[in-house]
Amino acid sequence: MAVTTVEEPIMTKPQIEDLETVTIRFAGDSGDGMQVTGTQFTATSAIIGNDISTLPDFPAEIRAPAGSLPGVSGYQLNFSSRDIRTPGDEPNVLVAMNPAALKVNIKDLEAGGILVVNTDEFVENNLKKAGYAANPLEDGSLSGFRIFRLPLTSLTLKALEDSSMPFKQRERCKNFYALGLMYWLYDRPMEPTLKWIEEKFGAKPEVAEANVAALKAGYNYADTTEIFTVHYHVGRATIKPGKYRNITGNEATAIGFITASQLAGRPLFYGSYPITPASDILHELSKHKNFGVKTFQAEDEISAIGAAIGATFAGHLGLTGTSGPGIALKSEGIGLAVMTELPLVIIDVQRGGPSTGLPTKTEQADLLQAMFGRNSECPVGIVAPSTPANCFSMAIEAVRLATKYMAPVFFLSDGYLGNGSEPWEIQRFEDLPEMRVKFRTEPEGFLPYLRDEKTLARPWAIPGTPGLEHRIGGLEKQNITGNVSYDPENHDFMVRLRAEKIQRMQQDIPELDVFGAPHGRVLVLGWGSTYGAITTAVEQLREKGCSVSSAHLRYLNPFPKNLGYVLECFETVIIPELNLGQLALLVRAKFLVDAVSFTKVKGKPFKVAELVDKIREYL
Amino acid sequence: MNENGQAIEGANGHAAVKLTRKDFQTDQEVRWCPGCGDYSILAQVQKVMPELGIPKEKIVFISGIGCSSRFPYYMNTYGFHTIHGRAPAFATGVKVANPDLQVWVITGDGDALSIGGNHFIHALRRNVDLKIILFNNRIYGLTKGQYSPTSELGKKNKSAPMGTIDYPINPLSMAFAAEATFVARSLDVDPKHLSTIVDRLAKHKGSGFLEVYQNCNIFNDGAFKLYSDREVKEDRMIPLEHGKPLVFGKNKDRGIRLNGVTPEVVTIGENGVTLDDILVHNEHAPEPNLSYILGRMQYPEFPVPMGVFRAVERPTYEEMLAGQISAAIQTKGAGDLEKLLNSGETWFIN
Ligand code: SF4
Repeated sequence: MAVTTVEEPIMTKPQIEDLETVTIRFAGDSGDGMQVTGTQFTATSAIIGNDISTLPDFPAEIRAPAGSLPGVSGYQLNFSSRDIRTPGDEPNVLVAMNPAALKVNIKDLEAGGILVVNTDEFVENNLKKAGYAANPLEDGSLSGFRIFRLPLTSLTLKALEDSSMPFKQRERCKNFYALGLMYWLYDRPMEPTLKWIEEKFGAKPEVAEANVAALKAGYNYADTTEIFTVHYHVGRATIKPGKYRNITGNEATAIGFITASQLAGRPLFYGSYPITPASDILHELSKHKNFGVKTFQAEDEISAIGAAIGATFAGHLGLTGTSGPGIALKSEGIGLAVMTELPLVIIDVQRGGPSTGLPTKTEQADLLQAMFGRNSECPVGIVAPSTPANCFSMAIEAVRLATKYMAPVFFLSDGYLGNGSEPWEIQRFEDLPEMRVKFRTEPEGFLPYLRDEKTLARPWAIPGTPGLEHRIGGLEKQNITGNVSYDPENHDFMVRLRAEKIQRMQQDIPELDVFGAPHGRVLVLGWGSTYGAITTAVEQLREKGCSVSSAHLRYLNPFPKNLGYVLECFETVIIPELNLGQLALLVRAKFLVDAVSFTKVKGKPFKVAELVDKIREYL
Repeated sequence: MNENGQAIEGANGHAAVKLTRKDFQTDQEVRWCPGCGDYSILAQVQKVMPELGIPKEKIVFISGIGCSSRFPYYMNTYGFHTIHGRAPAFATGVKVANPDLQVWVITGDGDALSIGGNHFIHALRRNVDLKIILFNNRIYGLTKGQYSPTSELGKKNKSAPMGTIDYPINPLSMAFAAEATFVARSLDVDPKHLSTIVDRLAKHKGSGFLEVYQNCNIFNDGAFKLYSDREVKEDRMIPLEHGKPLVFGKNKDRGIRLNGVTPEVVTIGENGVTLDDILVHNEHAPEPNLSYILGRMQYPEFPVPMGVFRAVERPTYEEMLAGQISAAIQTKGAGDLEKLLNSGETWFIN
């Protein structure tokens, strides 16, 4: 049964081999607990000092039939003794808990990679559900991999013989058994997970004991049976000294906005309607009411933004969050916030589209929607985080710009950032920007559309302030007085003024940094979640002496002031995007640069290798 | 201090001024068509405002789109003219952000019941303390004469030259179904009644809904005339008074009796009917069933009820939210950012 194809004599002590980087993917049925397994492996790896990057892959259906292809859930994690920025291109190891998980994931496993399968699940019925005509474990189709056939279910049940839990529950501990095996294989301590089990299931000692027993049994099985002849060690990465925690993009987003609200000195109001993959932000924010955070689960997307704008009008930090289809519904509301010049932040955790599209998959195709997706001339600021942890800083930036310029700002995240995680060096409050907001309180000389000379911001005058009673709305306003105006000259002036105001944010955003030499043959220009893959590809090529640099835009409207100059310093500009070339369109239009657009829309991030190949074409 | 320089103590202990109707008027030219029922509603609201003893900076008028939605521009309070149908959403945000404000929503039949039906329902069911006045003229005025969701079946108009084939919706039925805690109806041509009801609405705590029959003299003139005209109103409308039997008519000799769950018009003194048989109105009934029955009575089968159908108390959305915030602070302590940033599994790299 427990057979390995590696033909080496059994040794008393398995060898330890050093590896720099390993990519592992856990895959199973949605009920198999793969997300927990993955996050536990991640947390432990972080604690022992590896650099890490993760990518969960959820099924779109909540409860797809057990054992079916749509029901497969996966979690990929890259851990390394060097600086890494992506969850890895191809897994080196695949743990497949059933035939469907094997079928969905095997095409990604590297040639010669380690494949651990739960043989108990490879029975006729399951094979049929996964669309296998013959058992792949027996037909030789997996001969290109180092396969470990383990009856994980029966091994788990055996380890839990003494448990009084019902059969179904005992069986469900098999993910911890698999985790134990992997902990041994990659030389990780069990303590962090033991501690986690204790905290999580402390109230249900039976469950806690069973999971602990399964984890240890898996670990010991690998240790004593010597199914794996080698196990691996991935050393500590040289990471900037400091205090770290692991954080997903959506968590970093939520915490970032709470921090921004503290910095601004205004309570946060979050209006939202549940939507994948943005709902976790609503969940996270609703946990933090002790920060005065008000979360409002609205009846629809339109109400969510309406209430957020209302709260902003009344002096809160109005925030609304959704994904692409929700942005479509919010467009009119965004227009009103532009017209009334109120600070509002709109979070878009982008997903595959159009329409309902691929709810659980990532894409970057809402850039032009954020930029132009409203009637008439309706400019907004746009920021885009580049990594899960960077969501924290960009959330603060979005609020800083919105409140300083009294204008709506988009925060363009995506499914990959939102669900992905990485270690985050915990920021200290004193290192964060000063951005306390000031309301107008002085009635003398107050006019609702009077402007700050430098920013063109109008005063934020909130209801409740004596002497500042005024009316705002969606009709065109006369500059300064804020009275309704149909005057053609005024309209022309105001349209240009609103554009100018957004443009002036440029004076408040950092210049674009170039990674690598400031001049050269190729510049790879990216934005959003492609940061990790682009930077890794460019780094690899630079190590080989290639003349390539990269730059990553975190501010998309307005662009950093030096973008034009940076573009001029290279012979070729390549713009990789998970859309059909939206940033490329903007850059070409604005700078008349014949940029090469490199695009992919598969609901998945770029692989480093794909980028390396593309860049090479221009070197 | 008011224009006469007199300072007096306001209702909630603020050193407030005795405001007058004029204090609530703006310098903006009122742009409704001459003769429009909206003028009367504006006048009554401006009349009631100073009597409430609330400083005007604490009052916010929020509207959607339509003729009625110009209203905030004419009120010298805070105001927000928002987008079509969405006023209740904006108002919810304002009220939740600052429960100290008195928040009014001005809407119309198209705004609240067609494009904004969803927000209307949900603002009511949440019991956000909003004062919603719906100007029901049974037509689209601002877009020049198309039928609205309250237009009668078969009505001929610009977008239905052969008559509408849409069954109309009853705004009160919707309000009851949506769990509104205050539901009332009044009409533009009876200023006294209107100001009384506006005052009741202002003082209700929770989601309050007032339907006002409003004449659009340009596109739907005389829509309510058949029963609102001075000569006929006593026989064709019925005033609702809490704890009193539902009687009407010039001689107060007719009334509403329930036959099972069906209302019927009876004459007191005929066929053995006495005052004891007449349904007694109860605004405070926990279930809105009887009010619902009254809300569906229409002319000519029935007299049209005017007044407060329902007024019950229950905790408001913003109170419950504030309660959760204080509870969270009590159990977890006031938000400590340092702690939040450092939460979860942390580790040091040296
Ligand atoms: S169109 Fe009708 S509702 Fe609108 S202002 Fe004129 S009369 Fe009033």
